[in-house]
Amino acid sequence: MESNAIKLKAENVNFFYGSSQALKNVNMDIYEKKVTAIIGPSGCGKSTFIRLINRMNELIPNTSFCGKVMFNGNNIYGLNADAIELRRRIGMVFQKPNPFPKSIFENLSYGLKVNGIRNKTFIEEKVIDSLKKAALWKEVKDRLHTNALGLSGGQQQRLCIARCLTIEPEVILFDEPCASLDPISTAKIEELILELKKDYTIIIVTHNMQQAARISDYTAFMMLGELLEYDDTNKIFTNPANKVTEDYVTGRFG
Amino acid sequence: MKNKLIQNLGFFALFLCILTTIFFLGSIIYFVFSRGIGVINWEFLTQAPREAMTKGGVAPAIIGTLYLTLGAIIFSVPLGLACALYLCEYSPKSFVVNIIRMSINNLAGVPSIVFGLFGFVVFVKFFGFGVSILAGSLTLGIMILPQIISTAQEAFITVPQSYREASLALGASHWQTIRRIVIPAALPGILTGIILSVGRAAGETAPILFTAATFYTRGYPDSIFSEVMALPYHIYALMTEGTHPEAQTQIAYGCALILIIMILSISGLAIFIRQKQRSYYGK
Repeated sequence: MESNAIKLKAENVNFFYGSSQALKNVNMDIYEKKVTAIIGPSGCGKSTFIRLINRMNELIPNTSFCGKVMFNGNNIYGLNADAIELRRRIGMVFQKPNPFPKSIFENLSYGLKVNGIRNKTFIEEKVIDSLKKAALWKEVKDRLHTNALGLSGGQQQRLCIARCLTIEPEVILFDEPCASLDPISTAKIEELILELKKDYTIIIVTHNMQQAARISDYTAFMMLGELLEYDDTNKIFTNPANKVTEDYVTGRFG
Repeated sequence: MKNKLIQNLGFFALFLCILTTIFFLGSIIYFVFSRGIGVINWEFLTQAPREAMTKGGVAPAIIGTLYLTLGAIIFSVPLGLACALYLCEYSPKSFVVNIIRMSINNLAGVPSIVFGLFGFVVFVKFFGFGVSILAGSLTLGIMILPQIISTAQEAFITVPQSYREASLALGASHWQTIRRIVIPAALPGILTGIILSVGRAAGETAPILFTAATFYTRGYPDSIFSEVMALPYHIYALMTEGTHPEAQTQIAYGCALILIIMILSISGLAIFIRQKQRSYYGK
């Protein structure tokens, strides 16, 4: 587990919503170009944790944070750190597909445009390339200028993945990306994540244990804001060190 | 069986309420149309009044109302949208901001004649604009400001948070998110607020009573400092201070009809634009 390059490192991370503590002293290394799954019962702090990595929690009023999150060796909460620049390098796919109420093309060109890219040919190439990478190109190539909200739920989620790819992030955070999808769409997204692993570091929060077992290299088990166990996915699912982890992955609670 | 009967009775009661509302609306329109249509002709629409308001047309009043409404919108739309944006997107959720919100809502409840007095004291006298299009527009603008702010706020709040998150997660700044995602998505709601305000600004008499309107002008206004005729005030004046009641009442109904048609067509246009927007956004 230690042989890989560390992309992200959480050091003594604590997070509070008002006075209730959602994360307790979490320490975790995320490895480059691997899939790391975070599992655990509802309310255990999984989503809070990944939303710390691209500083999305800052949008929620009345929250506080202490600790360090190192990205390529730099503290993303440091004095000179810029949340906007960070989010360009760490993309995110949300629980519910959230395409903009714009055309498919506009959805994809948006990330490029807000990052100051004006070259039309470049944008067009990038849009097509991202759609191909997200395995959506064949389905939408004749309707690029129709409203993205007309796509099915699964297509919308792949569109959101494609949208995230346009700006070439280094890390992609998936917050329960299949929670609102049917099994066939879920299978497509999982396949896609395995494909994306070649180029991106991936962190995925999931409620679906089989999903974690199928696609991840490492699995973290969280409970009540604490990181109880973090190891190779194989080990977590076959021979966990912690009794609580074992009970959870074998479905005895959760 | 009994439940079904109760349900049907309930539906019928609701239907009756709708019918009553439509009845009033229909009778107002019928009443104004039937009395007003007789005096409306090309001359009425294009000429100034003649012979102590008993002959000729009301063109200066139509133009005056258009100017005043336009002026009010030009003043209050940018200001109102900026306020709503600040309150929804920038201000921290605090006690002071809540007080500001409450004050804006209270401003909406101030009687229009009070706005008229305020406009007279501040714009006409203090700023020395005189009785003029400028003073009237500003007064009307302040009157419709709370409505524009609250409908725009409503529109911004209903933009799903997930759009904002998606935009920020792509490395967009707060302002880019607002300009490219939040405002376009809120546009149908904002337009609704503007439509309602246009109707209100065009139809109000009290705010322009001391600030802009006059019973008679020889021609058309030549600057924003001219006083103007306006349809609602003209109706009021015809009904209260004329010397030839029969002829003047006729003309008043004609004015009322034109005012209603103007407001309905502005609303119609805006509803059309809004529908187009809505269908695009898949709502």
